[in-house]
Amino acid sequence: MVIFAFALDADSVLERVAPGLVWLATMFSLLVLVQRAFAIETDDGALDAMRVAGLDPRAIYFGKAMALAVELLILEVVLLFTAVILYRQTIPLDGVALLVLTLLTATCGLAFVGTLYGGLASGFKGRETLLPLLTLPAVAPVLIGATRAVESALGTAGAVVSDGWPWVGLLAVFAVAFGVGGSLAFGPLIDE
Amino acid sequence: MDNPPPTTDRSTAKTVVDLQDAVAVLGQFPALAGASLTVRRGEIVLLRGPNGAGKTTLLRLCAGLVPLVRGSGQILGLDLVTQRDSVRQNVGLLGHQNGLYYDLTVGENVQFWGATVGATEAEVTVAMERLGVADRLSDLSVRQLSAGQKRRTALACLVVRRAQLWLLDEPHAGLDATARDELDATLREAAASGATIIVASHELERAGSLSTRAVDVIAGQVLGAQS
Repeated sequence: MVIFAFALDADSVLERVAPGLVWLATMFSLLVLVQRAFAIETDDGALDAMRVAGLDPRAIYFGKAMALAVELLILEVVLLFTAVILYRQTIPLDGVALLVLTLLTATCGLAFVGTLYGGLASGFKGRETLLPLLTLPAVAPVLIGATRAVESALGTAGAVVSDGWPWVGLLAVFAVAFGVGGSLAFGPLIDE
Repeated sequence: MDNPPPTTDRSTAKTVVDLQDAVAVLGQFPALAGASLTVRRGEIVLLRGPNGAGKTTLLRLCAGLVPLVRGSGQILGLDLVTQRDSVRQNVGLLGHQNGLYYDLTVGENVQFWGATVGATEAEVTVAMERLGVADRLSDLSVRQLSAGQKRRTALACLVVRRAQLWLLDEPHAGLDATARDELDATLREAAASGATIIVASHELERAGSLSTRAVDVIAGQVLGAQS
C-alpha cells in the first residue's frame, strides 16, 4: 500500500485503483494468515491429534474460519483507513452500509476458502507453494466483487451506491457456497 | 455418520483390540497385508519389526486414522469401519510428534485437550501431577521444554482425554536415560490403572522389559506372538 502510494503519487490512477489495491493487499495477507493458522497445528502434529480426539471436522472448520475472519476484518479496516490517508479516498455516508456489508461478506468468503484450501495444503510438503496456487484462482470472484462493491461505496470514478448491491449479493452467495461446501469437504480433506 | 455404540461397556471390555486379516493401504502401497492382532485389557504389547514393516500403520489403523480396506477390526468393542469416529474418541495416539501447541503453556495444552472430553479442572490437575508437569512446568511455554518434558506433557494430554487405549510410536526416541525411566514408570502405572498400551519400538531391550507381550510385524503382517 505504501509502495503504491509513492510509485503512483502524482497520478490520479491511484485514486481510481485504491479499492482494488485494498483487496489485493487483503488477498496476499490471507495467504500468510492461512499458512500461520495451519502451521501451529502441523508443527507438532496437533491436527492429527485433533482427528484422533474425534473432534467434529465441521467444528474445526468453522472455528478456524471464524478466527481467520476476525483477523482479516481487522486488517481490512486498517487497510481502508490507510487508503483514506495515502490514496486520498473519502467514505460518503450513504456508502457506509454497503461498505460494511461488503467487508463482512467478502471476509467470510475469503476465510472459508482460505480454511478449506489451507487444510488441504497442510498435508503436503510443498504447502507454501500449493496454497497460493489453490487459493488465488478460487478467490478471484471475491476480488472482483469486493472491488466493484467498494468502488460503489466510495463513489470511485463516478460509481453510485446502487451499483454495488448486486456485487454484495454475489459475495454472499460465494460465502454461503464455500461455507456449506467447505464444512462438508473439510473432514475428508484432512483425513487420509 | 457413526452408528450408535454397542451395549458393551468399553471401560471393562476384555478384548481391546481385535484385528482379523486387516488390510490397509497408503496410496497404492499395501502397508498392512492381512494383519491379525488381539490385545486384552491392561496389556502392554510391544510391536517389533524393521523400518517399513507396517508398525506405524498398524497403530494408525487402531487409532482410526487409516481406513480398513479389507478384513475386520474392533477397538474397545467398536467397529473400525462403521464406528470410526467413536474409536477415535477412545484412543490416544502418540506418534513421532507430540501433538502440542508450541505457543501455549503446558497447562493450557492439557486444559485444551481436556476440554475436548469435558474434563474438569480437577481432572486436568490430576493428569498434570501424575506426569510431573504440574508445578514448575505448568506455566512454561511448550517451546521452552526439553524433549522428555514435551513427551510427558503429551502423555498428560492422553490421560486427561481418558484414553483407554494408548498407541505409542517410538516413545523413547530423543529421551535421555532419566526421562526414559520416568516414561516407563508412567506407562506401567497407566497399565496398572486399566489402560491398554501398544508400543512400537526399535529399542527392544527397554521396550521388551516394559511390555507384557511382544509381537513381530514383518511386511505388513503380524507374524508371531510371545509372552
